[in-house]
Amino acid sequence: MTNPVLELKEITTKVNQGTNQELTILKNISLKVNKGDYITIIGTNGSGKSTLFNVISGLMQVSVGKIYLNGEDITNLKEENRSKFLSRVFQDPKLGTAPRMTVAENLLLALKRGEKRNFLPRNLKNYFPQFIQLTKSMHNGLENRLNSPTEVLSGGQRQALSFLMAIIKKPDILLLDEHTAALDPKTSATLMNETDNQISRGHLTALMITHKLEDALKFGNYLLVLNQGKIKFIFSKEEKKKLTVNELEKFLI
Amino acid sequence: MNMIVSAIGQGLLWALLGLGLYLTFRILNFADMTVEGTFPLGAAVAVTSITQGVSPILATLLAGIIGVIAGLVTGLLYTKGKIPSLLAGILVMTAIYSINLRIMGKSNISLFGKANLFVSKFLNSLPKYFDSVFIGFLFILIFTLFVNFSLNTNFGQAFIATGDNPQMAKSLGIKTDRMIILGLMISNGLVGICGALIAQNNGYADINMGIGTIVIALASIIIGEVIFKNLTLNQRLIAVTLGSIIYRLLLLLVLQLGFNTNDLNLLSAIVLAICMMLPQLENKFNLKKAFLKGVKKHD
Repeated sequence: MTNPVLELKEITTKVNQGTNQELTILKNISLKVNKGDYITIIGTNGSGKSTLFNVISGLMQVSVGKIYLNGEDITNLKEENRSKFLSRVFQDPKLGTAPRMTVAENLLLALKRGEKRNFLPRNLKNYFPQFIQLTKSMHNGLENRLNSPTEVLSGGQRQALSFLMAIIKKPDILLLDEHTAALDPKTSATLMNETDNQISRGHLTALMITHKLEDALKFGNYLLVLNQGKIKFIFSKEEKKKLTVNELEKFLI
Repeated sequence: MNMIVSAIGQGLLWALLGLGLYLTFRILNFADMTVEGTFPLGAAVAVTSITQGVSPILATLLAGIIGVIAGLVTGLLYTKGKIPSLLAGILVMTAIYSINLRIMGKSNISLFGKANLFVSKFLNSLPKYFDSVFIGFLFILIFTLFVNFSLNTNFGQAFIATGDNPQMAKSLGIKTDRMIILGLMISNGLVGICGALIAQNNGYADINMGIGTIVIALASIIIGEVIFKNLTLNQRLIAVTLGSIIYRLLLLLVLQLGFNTNDLNLLSAIVLAICMMLPQLENKFNLKKAFLKGVKKHD
């Protein structure tokens, strides 16, 4: 029997512990993610979606419970050290890239995700063929902007870059935190389709938070509905096929 | 002419301070007040050890090492102690004042009659003030090359990313705390060496010689940026030195206009304030120009 890539065991998180503002966000959540799973996650505001990601990526400590990666306990591993196997795309295009560094420099940083940063010349030019090929796959002109600082890119290009940076070195787990929510509908749809392509092409294991119920139904092999810190429903691919957006909306509340 | 050569020499010597602060202020986004302490610390260490018979080169190196340690303390206070950056720097700066008095034993030590970096057969054979030009150029060249090389390594890129977007840096596995500490160490090491050079050039170390150094450092960075726009990172490093020289020339000009040397810090602050406001003023100016053009076309 192989271990799941990621396993959450009875995770509970509390904030402001020991004060009268103590709040339990995640309540006893257990979840197994197997290799190649592409799980979409929906839930109302405050349901704990982002906290779930923060706990997985190490941005936030759990109060109770354990997190395992490939069978190994990583509950107390720091964020910087989890980056070896985990990458994340944020909702805000500003968060995912270094604004004053060029597209190529950002890609090179991401290519060495989780590695020791040595004192050898970076040899950026050597990577250009690889970067051009990679950026071309996004079909948004990013390949012509390799030498531009990312702050001058459009939001769509920046998010596409953030996504590429997350997958340029294959992660064991890819976390997508509403990564198309800040984009216009057309750009968002393009990036979402490209995301799906890359995930299936690279056999990636991914969790994706989304606000768009259509996307939650269309993509992935599982759908989680979070509510008040608990996993309220899990739908398999077959069950998802039968669901409509209107039906799903009722499950949200 | 002599005055101008002297100003260029001073600019080159002081450029090391600007280069040091560039690493923290511009790359890490960390306004590091420690330098106001590290600068006289470097001077105190160098001058005291020279008077004790240490060779000038070794004394200068020692000043750099002590500066590195000061940077380490600020870095630890900020990253591990979670003290805000400005305050961490001010704390170390204040502490260093007492340490400097301990090192020197009094508030002013002269190097009169002692060996120093600026006393050698070769340097004394040069025309007046060219000794500081030579030494200044040598040091700033070596350290600009060093910083330039470092920033273009994988380590340097991670360092830049730490300042540019710490959250992203962390998510890529970059140990941002370590980067910040190392940046402060290297920066203050450079500032310590700069203090040692200036003290040897002046022929003395003084407990108060650190006052206003951060303004001087910022001035060379910002003058360089205002004059030379849209530079690559490598070019920016050189612009710091040019900014430092231009700043000295500006001071020379102001002093020639009849201002007193006692007004120097006031003048430095005014020069810096004007330079920092220039982009703003320019914006307004350009707008006005565009407006006038618009009116003309319609006529």
